Amino acid sequence: MADFKLSARQKSLSIWALYAIGLLPGLYAFYLGIFGGLGADPVREFEHRLGLWALRLLCLGLAVTPLRDLFKVNLIAYRRALGLLAFYYVLAHFAVYLALDRGLIFSSILGDILKRPYIMLGMLGLVLLIPLALTSNRWSIRKLGSKWNTLHKASYIILAAELLHFVLSRKSFTLEPATYTAIVLVLLGYRLIRPKIMAAKRKNSARMRAT
Amino acid sequence: AAPLTGKPTAYKVPDKLTPKKDVTTYNNFYEFGTDKSDPANNSGKFKPTPWTVEIGGLVAKPQKISIEDIMSSFTMEDRIYRMRCVEAWSMVIPWIGFPLSALLDKVEPLGSAKYVAFETVVRPDEMPGQSGFFQSINWPYVDGLRLDEARNPLTILATGLYGETLPNQNGAPLRLVVPWKYGFKGIKSIVKITLTEKQPPCTWNILAPNEYGFYANVNPKVDHPRWSQATERRIGESAGLFGGARIDTLPFNGYGEQVAGLYKGMDLTKFY
Repeated sequence: MADFKLSARQKSLSIWALYAIGLLPGLYAFYLGIFGGLGADPVREFEHRLGLWALRLLCLGLAVTPLRDLFKVNLIAYRRALGLLAFYYVLAHFAVYLALDRGLIFSSILGDILKRPYIMLGMLGLVLLIPLALTSNRWSIRKLGSKWNTLHKASYIILAAELLHFVLSRKSFTLEPATYTAIVLVLLGYRLIRPKIMAAKRKNSARMRAT
Repeated sequence: AAPLTGKPTAYKVPDKLTPKKDVTTYNNFYEFGTDKSDPANNSGKFKPTPWTVEIGGLVAKPQKISIEDIMSSFTMEDRIYRMRCVEAWSMVIPWIGFPLSALLDKVEPLGSAKYVAFETVVRPDEMPGQSGFFQSINWPYVDGLRLDEARNPLTILATGLYGETLPNQNGAPLRLVVPWKYGFKGIKSIVKITLTEKQPPCTWNILAPNEYGFYANVNPKVDHPRWSQATERRIGESAGLFGGARIDTLPFNGYGEQVAGLYKGMDLTKFY
């Protein structure tokens, strides 16, 4: 990988650009929804698009580590933005579910949440994302030290829960959920073999230094 | 699609019609792809004529009948029905078609016949969903009814909608419409009808027997294992994001008066 470096100013600009670009699909879907461009069932389409972008952003966030380990692509500076964007999409998805899909009829919403495994899984993801979003700042990282790393491993559970939420909400297991399942299995499976890969790498570089 | 008119009948619900644009662009017809817009986008190559339907099994007069013969032998009628999808959305569709019982009379079912089995055409060259790497269904799509359900006056074979012959994406040239059952029972592009003694296999029932039963009667009290069936969203009520509130789902999709008797004494939570 070419070793090009961004200045600190360029880096922070590119992070802000990522936030702006990341919010575009949601804003565009909202725009389409207002003007009748989301097809026959606009609420469902809007809800699904927001949820799907949340899932995509979670996948991207969890791809940062394997990309750095295996391909020396270092996107760690963008991981917080990816995680927070995913959180915003999950929040928007949930708000659309409450207000537009269920029409704020809380008696039926509560029953829905308690009875439906796929909604419980979606809620679990949302609830777990809250502490991660709250501690996604430098002060928390310093304050929590190694506990911060442990806490943010919850992202694995979040991704698994949101994937299942997506798969179970569908009538059948078609190509689209199959593709996301494969991607998530790779991302989470990598975490299982990562200690071995890192140990081998350390051994390798120690040997390089010794000779 | 060519112009087609039906004889006016009393079989019409007072609900507002779903716009034709939505009826013809928001479809489940996995033979053309699993996305709702796939059937309208991918069915251009499909040829609904010439077409022959083979009717056999436990009948006195098995026969092959062309779509032209069907159109000329039976009186086409206007039927405005609610259509409730198992995915909890619904439409109101002005069909043109004729009672399935008229076709059954023509082939004279034997006394031993208890069920009617249906089969959809298999044409991977014209139906892109039937070829490719990832197949969600074993083709052909099959479904069936009990003979008394098939003979109910509400049960029709549709040949058109909105004043014209069926568009490819809606199941051209001939499809089943059973308005008190979930939409997936309305098998499309039918090539084979067989009278049987045993309950015939049904595609969705084979795929997930705990989620989709043989009967698949619309029932707000029996939830799908993964989602509620108590309410539905009427397609086309609102083009934008606001104003498309949910409405309550009715038992037998509102046709209980005509069909509840078919299931007298049956536990509908068991025979879902």
